[in-house]
Amino acid sequence: MRFVFKKSYDDDIKLFKHKPQAFYYLILLVLLIALPWLIDDFFLGEATNVLIFAIAGMGLMLLVGHTGQISLGHAAFMALGAYLNVIMMQKGVPFIISLPLAGVITGFVGAIIALPVLRLHGIYLAIATLAISVLTEDIIVIAERWTGGVVGLVAEPINIFGLDIDRYGTPIAFYFLVLIITLLILAAYRNILRAPLGRAFVALRDSEISAQALGVNIAKTKATSFALSCAVVGIAGGLMGHFAGAFNHESFNLILSIQLLLMIVIGGLGSIHGAFFGAMVVGLLPQFIAITRDSISGIFNLGSVPIPGIETASFAFILILIIMFEPMGIYGRWLKIRTYFELFPFYRKNMFKRQKSYLKTERMK
Amino acid sequence: MSLISLENVTLSFGGLIAVNNVSFHVGKGEVFSLVGPNGAGKSTVFNLISRFYDPKKGDIKFEENSILALRPDQVPSLGIARTFQNIELFEQSTVLQNLLVGRQRHRKSNLISEMFFAPSVREEERRHRHVVEEVIDFLELQAYRDKYIAGLPYGVRKVVELARALATEPKLLLLDEPASGLSLEETNDMIYWIEDIKNQMGITVIMVEHDMNLVSSVSDRVLALADGKELAIGTPEQVQSHPKVIEAYLGKSGEKA
Amino acid sequence: MGGAFLDFLQLLISGLANGCVYGLIALGFVLIYKATEAVNFAQGDFMMLGAFVSIWLTNSEYLGLSFWLAIPIAILIMGILGYLLDLFVIRKMFGQPQIAVVILTISLGFILRFAAGAIWGHEPKLLETPFAGKELHIGSVVLGFEEVAIIIVTLLLTLFLFLFFRKAKLGLAMQAASQNQLAAYYVGIPVKRIQSLIWGLAGVVAAVAGILFASKGAIDPSTGLLGIKAFAAAVIGGFGSLPGALIGGLIIGVVEPFASFYLPAGYSQVAPYAIMLLVLIFRPAGLFAQMQNKKV
Repeated sequence: MRFVFKKSYDDDIKLFKHKPQAFYYLILLVLLIALPWLIDDFFLGEATNVLIFAIAGMGLMLLVGHTGQISLGHAAFMALGAYLNVIMMQKGVPFIISLPLAGVITGFVGAIIALPVLRLHGIYLAIATLAISVLTEDIIVIAERWTGGVVGLVAEPINIFGLDIDRYGTPIAFYFLVLIITLLILAAYRNILRAPLGRAFVALRDSEISAQALGVNIAKTKATSFALSCAVVGIAGGLMGHFAGAFNHESFNLILSIQLLLMIVIGGLGSIHGAFFGAMVVGLLPQFIAITRDSISGIFNLGSVPIPGIETASFAFILILIIMFEPMGIYGRWLKIRTYFELFPFYRKNMFKRQKSYLKTERMK
Repeated sequence: MSLISLENVTLSFGGLIAVNNVSFHVGKGEVFSLVGPNGAGKSTVFNLISRFYDPKKGDIKFEENSILALRPDQVPSLGIARTFQNIELFEQSTVLQNLLVGRQRHRKSNLISEMFFAPSVREEERRHRHVVEEVIDFLELQAYRDKYIAGLPYGVRKVVELARALATEPKLLLLDEPASGLSLEETNDMIYWIEDIKNQMGITVIMVEHDMNLVSSVSDRVLALADGKELAIGTPEQVQSHPKVIEAYLGKSGEKA
Repeated sequence: MGGAFLDFLQLLISGLANGCVYGLIALGFVLIYKATEAVNFAQGDFMMLGAFVSIWLTNSEYLGLSFWLAIPIAILIMGILGYLLDLFVIRKMFGQPQIAVVILTISLGFILRFAAGAIWGHEPKLLETPFAGKELHIGSVVLGFEEVAIIIVTLLLTLFLFLFFRKAKLGLAMQAASQNQLAAYYVGIPVKRIQSLIWGLAGVVAAVAGILFASKGAIDPSTGLLGIKAFAAAVIGGFGSLPGALIGGLIIGVVEPFASFYLPAGYSQVAPYAIMLLVLIFRPAGLFAQMQNKKV
């Protein structure tokens, strides 16, 4: 069992609870940096994909997991970031400016949309954001002059201070680019969570009324959360555009919006880890399915006929299992396992029992 | 000079008049109690002061200025804090985190400095935690500091509600049924705490309560309400023996029981 | 009667028929929402499944049963499916926040789509009905028989459900269970069983919608996604109101063809969602308001 004796307020505030925890994350960081030399280019591309999804996941997690606002429409903001980024690069803006700028503009758009939309709650908010995703697909086609309509856009080559970075040409450089951006966003996220703004977000999630009575400006705080969320997701979209090489209105459709939400639920709602775990599932699932199918057809001598939609169906199936048996997601299960070992042999099964909330309607009819 | 005053406040929900032409004022450093049967409009008065409702008629003044133009989230910055009758804590956070949210109205940092966790943010955090730790010491919540609300017993949650309100460093504290559901011992603790809040911290207290023992022990003055109307106002003894109050609680004497 | 007027009437009737299908799906949403305050995002896919089950039963390429035998069986199967779904899956969510059911049903939709595609393929199919191609002549107006049938069946079903919730004991029990579960438990209402019955009922309504839809237009596994338009219908009608759901569906159904007629291409698809967003922003409770603020 480990006891952490805190001797100053800083012990509470600092990022890592105790030295061993910092050490483990350091090892993880070293592993991430060394990754290009440990695996081949194809898997490095997969890892980059996972990181991009993790960035999008962090964006959505901030809004859904920490501020408690559901969104079924975030692919729309990925699209916005992707299109803005490429359009600006086409006009000659260097990547190192266009990407963050795309994020910032997407954030502003998010803030504007947030003001009317975040007055809604629960299912109405879900439906409104769903409509936003669907509408964005159509709007992209309508705005053909800028977006290339159904044909879409091709991502411009990236050049940072003379260094050419291309997903296929220089996969290692691209990987590091994405990794750096991931770490920066991660640091900002953690900082916000341990500062008053992060607490205000969580307060909104758990009890809007008492948050208000304690001085939290609901509209402004929700809009801030939405804006930050959209900005991060916009950056992820921009990176995704370069990763895919080319994209159109169907690249960021409603299904993707839903997948993002499912992803962070699988990972574990309410924790930053959840975004990463969820991204790993999304990124690695297609490979896993391919491998299992190969071994199964090897055993049963079936042809290797591709089954359409099996990835999404498996993803959905995993989610149903998670929701039914481990609502806290992968991170939740990891937490329980870790606590079991930390407290051994004093772990009690009911430590993480969630209080049941029975339905008490707020409708009047 | 009164700290807060209600003047001819009326509020109705559709056909039901919840608060009917109620006026009272509370002086600085007073402990003022609102009593009355259920449905008398006591919590509604609190919700009016917290600006969750708008009165149909009348005015509410804090430190001689009308507060009717304020939003609910602007009220804490005046120095008004409240607890809720049905506990409204943040269930998925620890006691410490709940109390830290109480410091929101003192927040001076902005988004950018928080994203980078600038030294000014760190300094502020230390100060916030210092204040919160003092509240924890005052209410003897040390044992529960890092525990999640979801696992705490009811009595402790009531104290955490109080602690969170105190963490805002208020001038006026609105306590909505602080003793409801508490045992005799816990109610006695509450009596001592309210006395300390008044005497040591100089905070003005308005309390909605049913427990007459608590009311008479700590209150300077009491206002009795029934059906939204004022029945009597005065010291606890005066109000308790007022014929109208007795009638509201027990019925007219001379009627068959 | 002028040709333009006849065109207008055609568009209107066809729009109303479509609207009835949207309305029926929206009805399914509202049924489950009224009873459990959860939304079944897979309701559109239930409809698709109902259509495919009836196709499987009656179409000559599969079992080829008589239409009048196949339809009740299909409806029964879907009702049982809905009941079982609640019994084995949704009930496990008891006591969890609503968002869990939302996410669960979204995933369920994915799985249903995949399963339907795996079983019946992805080619669009049409339901074989005894009245294919038949027409009604009223004066000089020619109406498709299916369209009229859709409208009439929908109206009857909605009326039945509306009265059921108002008058029948089971309906009142369902309302009680949705308003305060714990209290309903205490007075002896079998809350869990009622919930399963509601899901069964939603399955039945979805089956009817699917049968009506597939008799008039081709259906394929991804047709369930028009459930999203049914959302718009339910929202416009105000999520707690049964007649409202139907009216919302009719509005959308009618707006669609007129929008594609009068607006440039690409904008007509936008119309239902734009209307819905406007409703959500300016009158979030829909046309038949049901919500009020939480009292502290």
